[in-house]
Amino acid sequence: MYKYFPHTSDDIQQMLGVIGVQSLDELYAEIPEELKLKRELDIPSEKSEVEVRRIIGDLAAQNKPLLCFAGSGSYDHYTPSVVPFLASRSEFSTSYTPYQAEISQGTLQYIFEYQTMMADLTGMDLSNASMYDGSTATAEAMLMCVANAKKRNKVLISATSNPQVLRVVETYAKYHNVELVKVPAADGVMDKAEAKALIENDDVAGLIVSQPNYYGIIEDFSGLADLCHAHKALFAVNSVASALGVLRTPGEWGADIACGDAQSLGIPMNYGGPYIGYLCTKNELVRKMPGRLVGATTDAEGRRAFVLTMQAREQHIRREKATSNICTAQGFMCLFVASYLSLMGEKGLREVNEQSYAGAHYLHEALLKTGRFEDAFGPKPFLCEFTVRVKGDAAELRKALAEKGFLLGVETEGMPGCLTIAVTEMRSKQEIDSLISNI
Amino acid sequence: MAKVIEGLFYAESHEYVRVEGEYGYIGITDYAQSQLGNVVYVDMPEVDDEVTAGEEFGAVESVKAASDLFSPVSGTVVEINEALEEQPELINADAFENWIIKVKLSDPSELDNLLDAKAYEAICE
Amino acid sequence: MNNVYYGRLVFELSKPGRVGYSLPKSEISGYCISELPEGLKRQSKTILPECDELTVVRHYTNMSNNNFGVDTGFYPLGSCTMKYNPKLNEELCALPGFNRHPSTPVEYVQGSLKVYDEVQRTLAEISGLSRFTLNPYAGAHGELTGLMVIKAYHLQRGDVARTKIIVPNSAHGTNPASAAVAGFKVVEVKSLPDGTVDVEDLKPLLGPDVAGMMMTNPNTLGIFERNIPVIARLVHDCGGLMYYDGANLNPMLGVCRPGDMGFDVMHINLHKTFSTPHGGGGPGSGPVGVRKGLEHLLPNPQVEKKADGTYDLHCDAQSLGCISSFLSNFTVIIRAYAYLLSMGKENIPMAGKLSVLNANYIKECLKSHFELPIEGLCKHEFVFDGLRPEYGGDHHDPAHVTTLDVAKRLLDYGFHAPTIYFPLLFHEALMIEPTETESKDTLDDFIAVMKRIAEEARDNSEMVRTAPHNTPIRRLDDVKAVKEPKFTFKNL
Repeated sequence: MYKYFPHTSDDIQQMLGVIGVQSLDELYAEIPEELKLKRELDIPSEKSEVEVRRIIGDLAAQNKPLLCFAGSGSYDHYTPSVVPFLASRSEFSTSYTPYQAEISQGTLQYIFEYQTMMADLTGMDLSNASMYDGSTATAEAMLMCVANAKKRNKVLISATSNPQVLRVVETYAKYHNVELVKVPAADGVMDKAEAKALIENDDVAGLIVSQPNYYGIIEDFSGLADLCHAHKALFAVNSVASALGVLRTPGEWGADIACGDAQSLGIPMNYGGPYIGYLCTKNELVRKMPGRLVGATTDAEGRRAFVLTMQAREQHIRREKATSNICTAQGFMCLFVASYLSLMGEKGLREVNEQSYAGAHYLHEALLKTGRFEDAFGPKPFLCEFTVRVKGDAAELRKALAEKGFLLGVETEGMPGCLTIAVTEMRSKQEIDSLISNI
Repeated sequence: MAKVIEGLFYAESHEYVRVEGEYGYIGITDYAQSQLGNVVYVDMPEVDDEVTAGEEFGAVESVKAASDLFSPVSGTVVEINEALEEQPELINADAFENWIIKVKLSDPSELDNLLDAKAYEAICE
Repeated sequence: MNNVYYGRLVFELSKPGRVGYSLPKSEISGYCISELPEGLKRQSKTILPECDELTVVRHYTNMSNNNFGVDTGFYPLGSCTMKYNPKLNEELCALPGFNRHPSTPVEYVQGSLKVYDEVQRTLAEISGLSRFTLNPYAGAHGELTGLMVIKAYHLQRGDVARTKIIVPNSAHGTNPASAAVAGFKVVEVKSLPDGTVDVEDLKPLLGPDVAGMMMTNPNTLGIFERNIPVIARLVHDCGGLMYYDGANLNPMLGVCRPGDMGFDVMHINLHKTFSTPHGGGGPGSGPVGVRKGLEHLLPNPQVEKKADGTYDLHCDAQSLGCISSFLSNFTVIIRAYAYLLSMGKENIPMAGKLSVLNANYIKECLKSHFELPIEGLCKHEFVFDGLRPEYGGDHHDPAHVTTLDVAKRLLDYGFHAPTIYFPLLFHEALMIEPTETESKDTLDDFIAVMKRIAEEARDNSEMVRTAPHNTPIRRLDDVKAVKEPKFTFKNL
């Protein structure tokens, strides 16, 4: 037989006998013959463990390593060894949505810890138990705005948001018939006067802004929450999760919704996934919140324990009237985030940001000094990511550096000749110096 | 056996209307609350919202179910039962006493399309 | 599983002054976040704990001991396909070579792109469709993407009147929910007493406003929809497309392909059919496949194999748009690739057949004790409608034992419960899906326990109605969880 099938020939015969059929094929007797596949599948033959290891190992080896100076939605941060170690515990990884709370307290507890940490980092009242990624979390934030407003169908989003986020939010808006309006940028930040004019039309369900924005700039959102609330619109802030340890929080800006990607909290880059989107909000909006929520309650003996709650918002009960179609999203990644933040604490998260800040500012200054780069928007406050204009061909420069083993940022979308570059605590001074000397 | 009160108008979707003058008090029946179990939340419209006969105006949630509310009559919401915001379980205690919305009827002739107590009782059997 | 409840939260283990990480000393000086304008900086302290490494390791290890997974025991959760998750897949997806920044130039990630393309091709062959995108993150996300494909198809033909999606009343809740998010109106079609779609009820629903119909085959009762060729023809004749919810693909592997049944668009759950771990609810993966002629509508970016054998990313102007930040839950794709390579054409069809064998075996062995509403061959799963009346299942008896009680009692015996109260067609639905990776020995143990529970329900119903008794915690007050909501440690 085969390593993943425990049946012996005897077992199969006995079982067929109980069922009252002669063969495995007879189990499909009711299927019309013309629908059946009358040939072998045209895919490769089975392979041994040794062969599979070789094939996939070779493919991994074909991916040539580049020293990462790119961010734009995925950051090369330190992952403590404990994080993947704990995540390898199959009591966690081989379980499913914790429907049976009595035998799922492990999953429910780490999600509760995750919810606590994300609500606290964003300065909001509560967090759900994850979204797919930062882009879809922002799309769901848009849907929350529309659901909350009932009679309004227009949502504003800052044009300084990451284009990946913008594209996904645009897709959801188009298919859900939401009118999405981009608030233009002025000098690398959202034009607040434009936003004000749009909101004062009193037909806007919500405004979504980004922090730090796509260019790496830290924006000043003063006054926006009051403006939105005065005109019955929600205010949503998309942030890079790691930065929340040091930057003014969405809650401190007066936001109603905080959303974004939490990959920066200990999750490897893994060529784009799995990551984890977060979505946090205020108590008043909990019933507009999509996705799973874990709550604390007591068991029959009065002990504190955890359970999936507020399920009447969800697809398996409300069907087409649900807040979203999302089921459990990236549950397991909550364990990455919770264990990462447990190890790092406030001090560690601050240190990560300080080192990234120092590295990024050091590199930024050095690049300007070469005379071959200039700030894309003049001096602006930034944390670990910045956008520079290359005097010369930016794409060519990035290509040439890749050949020398460096991933020099991403080509800034909508800004020909510019690169958006990130530095994290993973880059040593020596590595940064080596990059500079290779430019 | 679920309670049914004489003199009210009933919808097949298990809402009732108690008419007082030009106003109607709309809630869910005792039968509906007993089928739903512990009510944990009532999603209500806002004052001044319009409701239309046969159309949805809110929902009642229990822990593992949710039931849409359909208005038996058309009109304008003049009051919502704010007590249900904090204590939705009042519906379980007495569904007829604890109406959900008070509506100014726009077309009292719609009441003729609804069931009387006897006809409604027959549905619940 | 350890049945002693652990129950502590990491915040309760915190002690000021402890650290659980180490970073190199910064060699760069002269830059400090304090330089930023005051108004842009975080004003409040965080709640994050201060813990040393061992405290954190023990904490999560103790928590894991209160958790049940496929590696712990039998997990017959209907419609979730809780098959064994091979360990080789875990090893390979964690190879450092795959940990790359998603904006890496394609020349430097040829290995990853090849994995993507090989999986997409293999899924297309298994499904009888033309091309797959692996970008969707989950089954529900795949459904949404597939429905967007359907909408884009109609819109690009200038057919703007198609606003309705037809969904059977036995469908997974995600089907109507996904249709609503995609901006469609949902119309339900009724089921016949045998659980299959009522074709006569379907006919009057069809017209120029129908964008498509969503089905799963076998359906959520584990019954093969024999009328599928008729249904597909009717929907196609009215101009709609057929969507296949791949949640129940497992039994069809190598036997009968959705493309050959007449479906145009589908999603597959790699975490169900192709053995990637469910992870307590994600990350999963919900690849979407389309028949020939619809490929250009798939979401951007798409992986393309060029004539010279290298791989590139490209964006199609006619695509429905982007639905993810990057290219999917990539490590999940690698796991599925390892599984597909390991199983090969010999074993993939066998997985389907053995899953059907296992389901029918349990059904035949237990129908004496549990109410079987639909006789005959099932596929990978089937539904009981609670206990038989003579085993405490008599609904007229106020002290009768419910499906919830049976589910909770199963936990006492070391099994995960089946899916309960779904599908909605039956009051006491108990939906059992054993999968092919469970042995006859395990199934026999499960059958013996289920019979024992039925006998307990008849002889000592109190015992069953107050179950579980041997789990880390007892039944929870879920009314309190909603009425006095506590979502964070600060609320406790």
